[in-house]
Amino acid sequence: MTEPLLTTRRLVKRFGGLLATDSVSIDVRPGEIHALIGPNGAGKTTLVSQITGNLAPDSGAIHFAGRDITRLPTHARVQLGLARSFQITSVFREFTAIQNVAIAILAHAGHSFRFLGDVRKDRALRDPAWHGLAAVGLDQRGGVLASALSHGEQRQLEIAMALAGDPKLLLLDEPMAGMGAEESQAMIGFLRALKGKRAMLLIEHDMDAVFQLADRITVLVYGRAIASGTPEEIRANPEVRQAYLGEEVA
Amino acid sequence: MMGSLLASLRTPRGFVTVMLLLVFVVLPALTEAFDERYLLSVGTRIVIWSIAAVSLNMILGYGGLVSFGHAVFFGIGGYAVGILSASGVQSGWLQWPVAIAASALWAAIVGALSLRTRGVYFIMITLAFAQLVYYVSAGLAAYGGDDGLNISRSRFPDLIDLRDKASFYWLCLFLLCATLWFCSRFANSRFGAVLRGTKSNELRMTALGFPVFRYRLVGFVIAGAFGGLAGVLLANEGAYISPAMMSWVKSGDLIVMVVLGGMGTLFGPIYGAIAFFALEESLKPLMDLGHKGWGEYWQIVFGPMLVLVALYAKGGIDSLLGRHHD
Ligand SMILES: Nc1ncnc2c1ncn2[C@@H]1O[C@H](COP(=O)(O)OP(=O)(O)O)[C@@H](O)[C@H]1O
Ligand SMILES: [Mg+2]
Repeated sequence: MTEPLLTTRRLVKRFGGLLATDSVSIDVRPGEIHALIGPNGAGKTTLVSQITGNLAPDSGAIHFAGRDITRLPTHARVQLGLARSFQITSVFREFTAIQNVAIAILAHAGHSFRFLGDVRKDRALRDPAWHGLAAVGLDQRGGVLASALSHGEQRQLEIAMALAGDPKLLLLDEPMAGMGAEESQAMIGFLRALKGKRAMLLIEHDMDAVFQLADRITVLVYGRAIASGTPEEIRANPEVRQAYLGEEVA
Repeated sequence: MMGSLLASLRTPRGFVTVMLLLVFVVLPALTEAFDERYLLSVGTRIVIWSIAAVSLNMILGYGGLVSFGHAVFFGIGGYAVGILSASGVQSGWLQWPVAIAASALWAAIVGALSLRTRGVYFIMITLAFAQLVYYVSAGLAAYGGDDGLNISRSRFPDLIDLRDKASFYWLCLFLLCATLWFCSRFANSRFGAVLRGTKSNELRMTALGFPVFRYRLVGFVIAGAFGGLAGVLLANEGAYISPAMMSWVKSGDLIVMVVLGGMGTLFGPIYGAIAFFALEESLKPLMDLGHKGWGEYWQIVFGPMLVLVALYAKGGIDSLLGRHHD
């Protein structure tokens, strides 16, 4: 069995009296899609935020690519090969689509303490930025301000930005949220094409998408991982059916 | 070159920019011809304040960092020159680099401590540090305390005599152009792109892997260094230093200039500085006409004008000149 790329060990996070992450231990292996499902408020986003370093866990440990990253600042984790998309779309609204991807590429092009060269004529940024944009099907929209893109396009743009640094692990927080059926299907196709090339921790509400894409699924309820296994195992798990899947799979 | 210059004259922005340049260039000759030397001194001060406003714009306009203590660099630059001069070091070649380095160093210290905070806390901390320097300078009895100190101007033997008003004006104008040149490159550089990114969406920048704090700190130090240069010039302009150079009111004035002129635009801070001084110089006598002594309170009229700009011209004066083409 290959070493997991990411592991969390007995991660705990409290918000006041609320136990948002209750001793969660999960792992993601290289190249696999690990889906995280659970009702609203189960603590999925909170877990991802601890993995990226936006939130500090109260206890427990996170290992990534063979290193303990529990205390590492976010930017350092990203430099190791973590990338995320946010549940609430987070792009540079005042920048054009191509500028959004270019700055994502800049993040991985060594330091940016360069004060004189013109970034707009920087071929080392522009060419890969157009490639990244084309990969998510947005190359026709490169000159459009991100704020003027449709919601679905903004989600695609965010994926293009997350992919810019060639990350080992993508953390996708409800990438299909708010998308129309057609856009969702396109995104599922896109993620499926990435499958095997990079690992993903995928939070998604759309059960069709999850069962189409995931190699393994972990079910989170009230901050606790109540089950983890292959899609078949999860489908068959009585506790999961009762706690969460009830209406949807029965 | 000439053709593109003429072409740019046809847009309102190009026209205003070229006119502005023209006014700056003919000012010494005009004031000489009309024997209004006082106006040259006002012009010099506008140029110096413009350098400071452009430097504040580097972090406020491009970086979104509301530093409420930028006038402290007037003080540090000025006092470095004044203290060295009072200790017998007259050479500008020594004074100026020391003054600029001291400003950069202070910016590094303040930045390291304040850039960990956000919003109102950041505003308050930058203000508090500026006030700290203000009170320290007011306590420097050897350098005039509250009253300040007359100093002799920096010496650049065989190069330029700063006592000559016109020469000094040309030097300030040259340094403003140099600052603008740097700012225009800086704004479109990799570093500038990162800084603008942190203003637009700090969370996203961090998630992309940028150590946001480091970039902000370097931006803060650069702005402080140029602010220190403005302080050096201000001290030489009046041959005088005093704590008043760095009172919090001056920091507020600088913010007003940047916002009024147009945050994150190249020339905005200069428009702001000119508008600020023009309004101050005209509102005061106008209000004194109404009643002797009212001129003191010119900001009662100026304040509401600012509110109007904030409400109806969000991009400041610069936005009134039409869209940018790039
Ligand atoms: N910053 C926060 N402060 C306090 N409570 C929070 C915070 N973030 C999330 N929560 C709470 O923690 C629980 C888990 O939230 P979240 O991780 O967003 O759930 P999910 O993503 O699974 O819908 C919710 O009850 C939410 O209200
Ligand atoms: Mg969530």
